[in-house]
Amino acid sequence: MNSEYNFAYLDEQTKRMIRRALLKGVAIPGYQVPFASREMPMPYGWGTGGVQVTAACLTPDDTLKVIDQGADDTTNAVSIRKFFEKTAGVAVSDETAKATVIQTRHRIPERDLSENQIIVYQVPIPEPLRFLEPRETETRKMHALEEYGLMHVKLYEDIARHGHIATSYAYPVMIEGRYVMDPSPIPKFDNPKMEMAALQLFGAGREQRIYAVPPYTKVVSLDFEDYPFEKGGATQGCGLCDAQDSYLDEMIMDDSGARMSVCSDSDYCRERRDAGYVGEMGVPQKTVTEDAA
Amino acid sequence: MTPLLKVENISKYYGNRLGCRNVSFDLYPGEVLGIVGESGSGKSTLLNCLAGHQEPDTGEVIFDTRVDGPKDTITMPEPERRMLSRTDWAFVHQNPRDGLRMSVSAGGNVGERLMAVGERHYGNIRSVALDWLDKVEISEDRVDDRPSEFSGGMQQRLQIARNLVTAPRLIFMDEPTGGLDVSVQARLLDLLRGLVRELGLSAVVVTHDLAVVRLLADRLMVMKDGHVVETGLTDQVLDDPQHAYTQLLVSSVLQV
Amino acid sequence: MYVAVKGGEKAIDNAHAWLDELRRGDTDIPEMSIAQIRSQLALSVDRVMAEGSLYDPDLAALAIKQSRGDLIEAIFLIRAYRTTLPRFGGSAPIKTADMACMRRISATFKDVPGGQVLGPTFDYTHRLLDFKLAAEGVPSKAEKAGVVGDEVKPHITDFLNQEGLIQTEPGSDATPPDLTREPLELPASRALRLQALTRGDEGFVLGMGYSTQRGYGRNHAFVGELRIGDVAVEMEIPELGFSVEIAEIEVSECETVNQFAGSKTEPPQFTRGYGLVFGQSERKAISMALLDRALRWKELGEDNSDSPAQDEEFVLYHCDNIQATGFVEHIKLPHYVDFQAELELVRTLRKEATEANAQREAAK
Repeated sequence: MNSEYNFAYLDEQTKRMIRRALLKGVAIPGYQVPFASREMPMPYGWGTGGVQVTAACLTPDDTLKVIDQGADDTTNAVSIRKFFEKTAGVAVSDETAKATVIQTRHRIPERDLSENQIIVYQVPIPEPLRFLEPRETETRKMHALEEYGLMHVKLYEDIARHGHIATSYAYPVMIEGRYVMDPSPIPKFDNPKMEMAALQLFGAGREQRIYAVPPYTKVVSLDFEDYPFEKGGATQGCGLCDAQDSYLDEMIMDDSGARMSVCSDSDYCRERRDAGYVGEMGVPQKTVTEDAA
Repeated sequence: MTPLLKVENISKYYGNRLGCRNVSFDLYPGEVLGIVGESGSGKSTLLNCLAGHQEPDTGEVIFDTRVDGPKDTITMPEPERRMLSRTDWAFVHQNPRDGLRMSVSAGGNVGERLMAVGERHYGNIRSVALDWLDKVEISEDRVDDRPSEFSGGMQQRLQIARNLVTAPRLIFMDEPTGGLDVSVQARLLDLLRGLVRELGLSAVVVTHDLAVVRLLADRLMVMKDGHVVETGLTDQVLDDPQHAYTQLLVSSVLQV
Repeated sequence: MYVAVKGGEKAIDNAHAWLDELRRGDTDIPEMSIAQIRSQLALSVDRVMAEGSLYDPDLAALAIKQSRGDLIEAIFLIRAYRTTLPRFGGSAPIKTADMACMRRISATFKDVPGGQVLGPTFDYTHRLLDFKLAAEGVPSKAEKAGVVGDEVKPHITDFLNQEGLIQTEPGSDATPPDLTREPLELPASRALRLQALTRGDEGFVLGMGYSTQRGYGRNHAFVGELRIGDVAVEMEIPELGFSVEIAEIEVSECETVNQFAGSKTEPPQFTRGYGLVFGQSERKAISMALLDRALRWKELGEDNSDSPAQDEEFVLYHCDNIQATGFVEHIKLPHYVDFQAELELVRTLRKEATEANAQREAAK
């Protein structure tokens, strides 16, 4: 741990300021709390909000997991994990079950989270109405007055044009029947998971907003009665672990364009392979371990 | 009978400049009031004060709400007033661009108010939208087209449909036929007159065009320099104007 | 057979090592020192201090060295460092009227008390490449006017003010808001706008200022005065009960004099736009003053012409280059998951469209 900086980089005063915003967010689920986001040693748009929230939540006893696109070894996840190893000296883990704090970009782990876990989302644009109404002054008023007709106009337009609601990620949700919220750019496949046991915290650094969904809060994906929300997802199993219930990433395997789909949640995939599941293009776990050795 | 709208002593200043002063009137259900005057007479200021787009310096705008009966809409909390303005009130702008979402389809434009008040059935929203397009003489196969592809007259008719879809009890209209060709104006007026009669609408119509009020308005209010100079039944005011300014206004039309 | 991709960690370490190697460049060429950068690339140092919001030429020079001369990257380094510094308090307002000017010009009066001081400006250089510099030129010695110790030069707008010709800005002892400590909330006060602009990207502020001249929120500006020089920074020390000078900083200040038609209640008067920037950057100071003036339309009862430069929310949300560069560049991060979701959607939509077409064909 690097002692030139305070524990988890931010000074205690800043962490207290962020915690106050977090508490307010928990008290008003789905409401975007403005906070004085600090300039972090990583670029805006690269998880500065999530990093500040994580910094404000971490204690020396925590175990941190950082994922990007569901995986622990994507470059930005590695970079953020290293940042906290260096500045907070906390234990880190790839295992979802072992982590007490999980910072994520774009995914919710497949494995159910528990009451003693916190999941921190990195949020690029916290305002679900932003692309319908560019003005912050106006969107804040719309939230205050619960004027969400425009959000449904967007969904209506999708159906009129495509026959579907054509939003596949960052699919807007209604929190506890009051605030419409952007779940961050997770695929809509993950939306149903948001009614969970863990505390969900959202940080948008550049836009200076924090919001929260407390455990077991009602989270409803917006839809129409006759065009209900569908979480979608791939139709085949994971090529490596054969999971049928997991969100898959598609990979191009060769010049002829052969494809393979594997779990985007790399830890979930590993856990299944360890347990002996083998997908169409995988090999039994044992062989792989021997090869690696 | 309780007036639908009771306006008392509305005044509005812009710094030292007068917008309108001490305007009062009652509007009864099913009645259409025309407000005429030249530009700068304060008629648009008045309309904006009535509709909650501007805050007047003095006065009350008492609306007979469905639930609570007569209530001053100026001192009413903003959420309540905004709810009113998307349910029981409607506002037809002179320029349809100000009243439509130009990048949203005609169906979405008409459906927005329904969705804003909680309608969540796509099929129902769409059929109501089609119904209204039909009422304002827009062909049903244009339902998924955007207003930017429509002619000026069609845009204005779409704006009317978008406003009337929640069956508002009071409509504010600001020069509804302004900026349209004469032949298009006539058709729109016909349509408006039909809708007003058929739906028993109450309306306040601001215009500088006497032909509009002759066709639509039951009563007339003539404004000049921020003041009301004459009021009365439309036919009476137009056929036998008392105030010198009204006489000028009426004669100037006849000369054309 | 396929094994999931691993190795992000190693790739990052290697990338950093490579970057460091490139930063140093050819080792046969002597390494640049911080002192060299500070003294020979002084205007780069100034920009990094201004937009980094931290007045420390040595740190700024270090940031420039570390960032291989990428000034936005250097500003970023400074900003990230700045975050970790404790804040002791606010200084007393700097007194630019007492500035020791190295440059001071007015475009509104030919001669003014204190005189016009041209100072070290590029303005009248012919922009010809000086090949002597390539062969390590000999330093020239200048005769300097108006430097430290010279008479005090009062602000030119003060002269206009004596006749009541220019709007007076109300003074205030209130601590101005600080957008590095409080979230930006709109509408913003003028003090907050000015803070955002002085930290704002030079290119953005320049472009916006330029747009006002071309008619997008035109405000008929004259440069009433432009001055560059050193000012003392004083801070009140509560234990002592009086202010002491804690530093001297160099700033560029521009006050524009703008027309104001007047209204029914107020006679015509000149109004002001204001720009103040760390170091020497008159381009930024002038642009900032133009933009400041354009943003004051509401307060001065002017028409909103829907110009970008009049739009506070637009300007304040987009002037910060650290926010902008981070977000613009973040789209190169992996978006596999979202793209996968889009891929599925487009496939579904295409399939349905093809089927619908086929059915129509069949029905014919």
